[in-house]
Amino acid sequence: MKQARTRSLSILFQLGGLILAFGFVTLILLSIDANPAEAFRLIWQGAVGNSTRIASVFVVWVPLVLVTCGVLVTFTAGLWNIGIEGQITLGAIFTTGVIRLFLDTPVHPVLVIVLSILAGMVGAAIWAVLAGLLKVFGGVNEIFGGLGLNFIATALNIGLIFGAWSRPGVASMSGTEPFPEAYWLPTFQNFRFSWYSIALTVVGLVVIYFLLQGTHFGLRLKAVGKGIKSAFRLGIPTWQHMLLSFLICGLFAGLAGALQVVAVYHRLIPAISSGYGFMGLMIGMLINYQAIWVAPIALFFAALNIGGIQLPIVMKLDSTLTGVLQGSLVLFILLMQGVKQRVLGNK
Amino acid sequence: MSGDIILLGLAGVIASGAPIVLAAIGETLTERAGVINLSLNGTIILSAMMGFWVAVEFDSLLLGFFAGALVGALVAAIVAFSSITLKQSQVAVGFILTITCRDLAYFLGNPIMGRQGPIMFSTPIPLLRQIPIIGPLFFQQSLMTYFSMILIFLAWFWISKTRPGLMLQGIGEKPAAAFVRGANVQAMRYFYTILGGALVGLAGPLYTLSVKPGWKGTITGLDGIGWIALAITIFGGWNPIRVAFGAYLFAFLQWLGLVLQSSWTFIPSQVLQVAPFPLMILTLLLVNLGNTEWMDRLLATLPDGVRIRVKKLIRSLRSQPPAALGTPFERQ
Repeated sequence: MKQARTRSLSILFQLGGLILAFGFVTLILLSIDANPAEAFRLIWQGAVGNSTRIASVFVVWVPLVLVTCGVLVTFTAGLWNIGIEGQITLGAIFTTGVIRLFLDTPVHPVLVIVLSILAGMVGAAIWAVLAGLLKVFGGVNEIFGGLGLNFIATALNIGLIFGAWSRPGVASMSGTEPFPEAYWLPTFQNFRFSWYSIALTVVGLVVIYFLLQGTHFGLRLKAVGKGIKSAFRLGIPTWQHMLLSFLICGLFAGLAGALQVVAVYHRLIPAISSGYGFMGLMIGMLINYQAIWVAPIALFFAALNIGGIQLPIVMKLDSTLTGVLQGSLVLFILLMQGVKQRVLGNK
Repeated sequence: MSGDIILLGLAGVIASGAPIVLAAIGETLTERAGVINLSLNGTIILSAMMGFWVAVEFDSLLLGFFAGALVGALVAAIVAFSSITLKQSQVAVGFILTITCRDLAYFLGNPIMGRQGPIMFSTPIPLLRQIPIIGPLFFQQSLMTYFSMILIFLAWFWISKTRPGLMLQGIGEKPAAAFVRGANVQAMRYFYTILGGALVGLAGPLYTLSVKPGWKGTITGLDGIGWIALAITIFGGWNPIRVAFGAYLFAFLQWLGLVLQSSWTFIPSQVLQVAPFPLMILTLLLVNLGNTEWMDRLLATLPDGVRIRVKKLIRSLRSQPPAALGTPFERQ
């Protein structure tokens, strides 16, 4: 009985956070003389208005879910993997590199795609472990190590697009030369949407769910995250677990980056990580690090992203409005959680 | 390069370092009280846009800076409320705010992109400006740059030489002990978080009204500055003088990058643009190595004479955070 009551109270507070977030965004829109109802309607229509748009939502859903799965592992170990953006970028770079390597060889394209995705995962994992090594052996907080590595990854990416891998003739912000169609992940009809990406994402979700909920390893990670000193006294090799959590997160970020290359853009573009890494961190906080909520909340965030594209076209508003909505949603729900704890006493 | 040009460049370093000084000293005050305000990057971008907007709208530099400080104080108040009163994770709230404020700045700033705004020019100080070298370097700057220089010593004096400053150190190091001595820990933490935030909020308009005039949306070029300021706070070991040194060093290296870019054309410009970030990692590595366990073990294996010297070197570089940084205070 009591448990049921706390749960329904929890939902009530979360609903309060949701209302506050929408209220905040409404106020912002009113302050610049824009019609809030029209803006929300546009976002909704922009996300579900026709089949192309719905397909686009799932195109964004794939990297969001993968990245969120990754950061759940580092969050569980008590780590802030802000370097996730750079890890996605490195994944995309390694994938592009491998495809370029095999472009004019007799190796079968399917094998090349598989190899390139694996390479992307490895590349991102290296970048993630680098942040972990800086943390464990250099005493550099993972927030700053990761952030620095993000900027370096971006520079490397742009350097390659405008330098070694530039388009013959004109190097441009539109990215590298697109690959021949044989090296694309097959898409569903004419949409940019690929069943293979969706399948890989679902596998990733299941893996993370069981890893964190059902294995001894997940339990040990939780112990490290709750208190590193007591975990060490319990006999858990703590720094090894931290590095391992970075490694696993990197593999997921790499898969996200690789799929952006082989399934979505078919080339390397400057903003290949598209801010999905930071969004993954936000989703992780919003769902209070529970893997079961990753899929629906990521879908909601993806819908907001795609829906926001209509704002500049129709209302001459900047599409960053959806970012503000996502951010205030996470903020207010977090704040309401604090209010709940304060009102009801401990937890 | 002739002496005059170098002098002009160095005076520019003092000016372009000023916003970083403001932000990093503000964060130093906040963190000395035991609170991390991780929202700096977003705060600076939002206050830069709001400050510019208000300055354009009312044609007043003063109101522009006031608006910037207000934005910074408001964002800091959210951090303070959620972490001190609601006891939520400071890192989480700061990170959400840094992202959300940035998006908000780009959204609200859309209509004022590329507009012409007032610019703060330099106000040379009579007599002092004529001192050779020192005059052109320090006394031909803008009013805000003077303020940033004064702030360094003010903050240092406040923290280490006054009684309230001692209390500030207390609530950051051992809040329970400070509480027993009569300090209102929660109220003081609120005060220093909001004060620090207001100083961070001055950094934004200092960019858009003086150092990098104008608001150009995502290409204003302020994304990343806040993170640098946070790293400089650590590099400076939470000591205003050392923090200011870090800020000027950063501004100097940026200027050097620009100079080198024109003469060393074989280095791609993208490399020099991001050079501060690997540098940030390296400096953090340098000041933190002394805190790691394996370093202690390695040192123990060295012969005595060498060990003492190496230890001295590491200790001089090392920076240790206030002991209660990032932890909430509970009154038992």
